[in-house]
Amino acid sequence: MLCVPLLQFAGLDVKRAHATALLVILPICIVSAAIYISNGYFEWTAVLCACIGVVFGGAAGAALLDKMTSTAVAVIFAALMIAIGIKLMVA
Amino acid sequence: MTEEHIIIIVSALGGIIGGMGLGGGTLLIPLLTLCSGLEQHLAQAINLIAFVPMSAVALVIHKNNGYVDFKKSVPIATLALLGAVAGSFLTSYAGGYILKVSFGAFLTALGVYQMTKSIVTAVKDKKRKAEQVARS
Repeated sequence: MLCVPLLQFAGLDVKRAHATALLVILPICIVSAAIYISNGYFEWTAVLCACIGVVFGGAAGAALLDKMTSTAVAVIFAALMIAIGIKLMVA
Repeated sequence: MTEEHIIIIVSALGGIIGGMGLGGGTLLIPLLTLCSGLEQHLAQAINLIAFVPMSAVALVIHKNNGYVDFKKSVPIATLALLGAVAGSFLTSYAGGYILKVSFGAFLTALGVYQMTKSIVTAVKDKKRKAEQVARS
């Protein structure tokens, strides 16, 4: 949620910010995942099923990003930010 | 439909959002806990682990479409990783509630700003294009 605006602030347009954000977040995810696994949070079946699902979904999402307008992407993302922000404040 | 099928389906949904760089985990984690009944920390772990293959596939597609900026990613990735490490040490000091509410306020403000800016820019662009067409 924060990497995308950071990348835009660094000069990237909307779609490039969203795409590059995946690369930026990857090292953090790997480190965090390793910590979770070392704490015992792992289950082969669930992990394999999730990986299968996200790979297909991720490919579809990446293709979708290419087809959408920058404005649509930016507005949807902003709406998500607002929804999550409000939920964090009131929940 | 087995539990495995449900996990695959909700992961696909999370993957679509994630592939677009919109933050798939925010959708995937609640879906895993609510629809698949997985424990919260396990769901979080699965989200993190599954991000690796998801982003690998999505990044290849994005790169082929010309959307990945490798140069800009390095400083931001370094900053983000340092921030994450610092954050993991600081969490024990920050009150959970204050942190949650202030982050929520920040996100909401940022979201409103981004939405306003995007709509204003889109409207301006449309006007400019309409004027260009009218002149030609």
